[in-house]
Amino acid sequence: MTTIDKTAGLPEPRSGRDGGTPLLEVRDLHVEFHTRDGVAKAVNGVNYTVDAGETLAVLGESGSGKSVTAQAIMGILDMPPGKIPQGEILFRGEDMLAMSNEERRKIRGQKIAMIFQDALSALNPVLSVGYQLGEMFRVHQGLSKKQAKAKAVELMERVRIPAAKERVNDYPHQFSGGMRQRIMIAMALALDPDLIIADEPTTALDVTVQAQVMDLLAELQQEFNMGLILITHDLGVVADVADKIAVMYAGRIVETAPVHELYKRPAHPYTRGLLDSIPRLDQKGQELYAIKGLPPNLTRIPTGCAFNPRCPKAEDICRTETPVLHQVTEQGGGEIAGRGSACHFWKETIHG
Amino acid sequence: MGRYVARRLLQMIPVFIGTTLLIFLMVNVLPGDPVAALWGDKPPDPAQMAIIRKDLGLDLPLWQQYLNYLGGLLQGDFGTTIAGNRPVLDQMTDAFPVSIRLGLMAFTFELVLGLFFGVLAGVKRGKVIDTGVTVFTLMVISIPVFVLGLVSQQVFGTQLGWVSPNVKDSMDMAQLVLPAIVLGSLSLAYVARLTRTSIAENARADYMRTAVAKGLPQRRIVSMHLLRNSLIPVVTYLGTDIGALMAGAVVTEGIFNVQGVGQLLFEALARREGSIIVGIVTVFVLIYLLANLLVDLLYAVLDPRIRYA
Amino acid sequence: MPENTLKKDKPTVEEPAVAVAEAGPAPDKPRSLAADAWADLCRKPLFLLSGLLILFLLLVSAFPGLFSSTDPTAGDLSKHFLTKPELSHVFQPDWFGYDNQGRSIYARVVYGTRVSILVGVGVTVLVTVVGGLMGMLAGYFGGIWDTLLSRITDVFFGIPFILGAMVVLNAFTERTVWTVIGALAFLGWTAIARVMRGAVITARHADYVLAAKALGAGTSRILFRHILPNAIAPVIVVATIQLGVYIVAESTLSYLGLGLGTNEVSWGGDIDTASDHIRNAPHILFFPAGMLSITVLAFIMLGDAVREALDPKLR
Repeated sequence: MTTIDKTAGLPEPRSGRDGGTPLLEVRDLHVEFHTRDGVAKAVNGVNYTVDAGETLAVLGESGSGKSVTAQAIMGILDMPPGKIPQGEILFRGEDMLAMSNEERRKIRGQKIAMIFQDALSALNPVLSVGYQLGEMFRVHQGLSKKQAKAKAVELMERVRIPAAKERVNDYPHQFSGGMRQRIMIAMALALDPDLIIADEPTTALDVTVQAQVMDLLAELQQEFNMGLILITHDLGVVADVADKIAVMYAGRIVETAPVHELYKRPAHPYTRGLLDSIPRLDQKGQELYAIKGLPPNLTRIPTGCAFNPRCPKAEDICRTETPVLHQVTEQGGGEIAGRGSACHFWKETIHG
Repeated sequence: MGRYVARRLLQMIPVFIGTTLLIFLMVNVLPGDPVAALWGDKPPDPAQMAIIRKDLGLDLPLWQQYLNYLGGLLQGDFGTTIAGNRPVLDQMTDAFPVSIRLGLMAFTFELVLGLFFGVLAGVKRGKVIDTGVTVFTLMVISIPVFVLGLVSQQVFGTQLGWVSPNVKDSMDMAQLVLPAIVLGSLSLAYVARLTRTSIAENARADYMRTAVAKGLPQRRIVSMHLLRNSLIPVVTYLGTDIGALMAGAVVTEGIFNVQGVGQLLFEALARREGSIIVGIVTVFVLIYLLANLLVDLLYAVLDPRIRYA
Repeated sequence: MPENTLKKDKPTVEEPAVAVAEAGPAPDKPRSLAADAWADLCRKPLFLLSGLLILFLLLVSAFPGLFSSTDPTAGDLSKHFLTKPELSHVFQPDWFGYDNQGRSIYARVVYGTRVSILVGVGVTVLVTVVGGLMGMLAGYFGGIWDTLLSRITDVFFGIPFILGAMVVLNAFTERTVWTVIGALAFLGWTAIARVMRGAVITARHADYVLAAKALGAGTSRILFRHILPNAIAPVIVVATIQLGVYIVAESTLSYLGLGLGTNEVSWGGDIDTASDHIRNAPHILFFPAGMLSITVLAFIMLGDAVREALDPKLR
């Protein structure tokens, strides 16, 4: 297996943390969209960190702000109408929101890469995949057309596209859905980035292909010790690959937990609702649980806890006071590492 | 590719026959007698009229006249005029080069400036330059070409004296510049608008977001990823527009006194010379059909999703 | 059937049925496309401006007498065309000056509105009905119908519009508004037919049409209740924009002397008259040409606004 040359400026070695600085840290991020119907508050104070080699799964319905957060990190928000009124995005300790456009451009693709949901529309239909892959090397490393094409073939082999040499000049529409998503992954991997953001990478694929693509992604991530932010609404995908999970609702993180902890005992009624609404074989024949109501309108997020109108446990305090992310503890009071819940009644939820 | 072209050429035949038949019928079925027109305002002599009719085959049933015409056409014979008995082809070979030259000049003008303004407005969407282009194109579209021709002839020709108001030598390219600009202006505005819309639409495409996420410089994103996708509908428009330009030349030539197809057509209309009218329109139809074929082929070059088998 | 909770809230956290874009949340009350488009239009200054202008033009063309009491055909040779327009004499016969036959230009501009509007609206209605029907038949029935109708459309489309109209109109010695409308519609229906055919073909394969078929809906019901409402939007857009084109076509033909007879009041004819005196009396050209341009502009702007409102892609 060939590896791509590391860019000169890349810090070595890539251990978990360099002097305690996480690879990526999002601090109190706010994003809003100014639309005709008012100001939509898509992200309202999100905090999370990702270390090298770590996979963070961000879970939530559409409209929860999970993709918008990712776009803000990537710097591909449409601004206007988007706006970031508050917050910091620290990449290796440096705030990217304070950087110049040119500095950010150099990080994009090279240090942080993104995999999109629908590879068919995310790839340019009129350029060959070889060109689109090779472009990364031509722009960021100044390689010649010929060298770039050779690199593109290498990349395609790395994501196990059969007959890569023959197919390098084919166009996106000539590939199957799974192969296209592999090309998308290859493009993200091209310059050996430190962090990959995958926005619903398997949603558009068949179930059988989903597993293949997820496995490939996880394998490559391990091999190159990259940080991975996996954005998804599919609880099944998360369980296998993620290290930790952040559950988002109405632009806020409502629960964070190491992956297996979350499945075992959720500490937020929303997470519990999500888990309960997965169909299970042992409950065949019973009516499936569903969270009542609809996600909130982002121009008019309910006061207090945004989830209160849909929450089975809601009380008066939930309608008036916005819960902070509480540190979740054992019944005896022992701290559970990495667990937090933004619910006034987290104790009752996890232990009751 | 070769087979596709052959098939398309074959498909053109019924359309070509249909169009010539239609224009033939329009000229011959509708009221008006070209032979009587030979006498001008004087009462025509019936005996002489019958002789002329017989000579020209105008006494035959209409379908036979059409078949004769079509048969001649296949051998490159466009028939003869009623007055003077001159071959129609001769008159057309005098007039068409002038009009085609005028049309090509107008086409170049519309293509270059239309694309330039369109791309400028599309990339700088919402900025002052965008508003400027939008207002300019709206104005050009709403002022009819003949008004624009009359006004620019007056202003640039008569008052400013930059060009001579009437074209004296129709083969002189320099003298055709103003008529060509007038002729191409409407299409220029359409090309600019179409390009702008197309760019604005494509700028929101997912692959544009990918291009940004790849860390490509703005210049490259626009030139490599945005433009090529955006040009596809513009090419289609340009193809259909070649025919429209040739037809528009008829009006423009009249204003600037260019001795092209327009003049020939006006004379033919006034004298009801059916064979000239049918001949001119036939050539226009041919140009239109071939331009469309060219566009379809160009389409496949620009968009790999389209395959011709 | 009991309330289906499964359908309302999906088990896994999937996209909700109403696509709530992350960027712009959907309004609380769902609006129909038409209502949405209308609400959108009413907010657009472009639409309001062009709409008001068109209403005004319709009013002028319906009741020209309200705006000018002068007979537009009455010449008074004592009023020379070199007399400068009296721009302060608003609504008076000499407001815009006189033409070479001493006729009030103001009156002629007012009365000329009728021809332009009549031709524009008349041709548009005709081509929408004829072309729409042709396109619908070709698109819905396909097969031999499609081949036949599409070839016929190609044949008509191949003839340059103005040129064809010149040939047709040249045959008539007595030309009225209706002759011009007929000639333009005869050659102009193809644009609508092509758009309608494309839209119908797209709609025909849509799932809701298959669903209607599966439920046993008849052909006419499918065509008029399911396909037409979904295919009509592009047709409306093209028809609105074409309306301006027909107005230009009429004036061009009248300018060339192949449109309306000289006893009819038409802006194109007046521009033809003015072109001989453009050097000494540019105002004879300016007023009819200006009105013509404003009218065309109004319809183009209306078409633009309608297209933006009806095309969700441009939102």
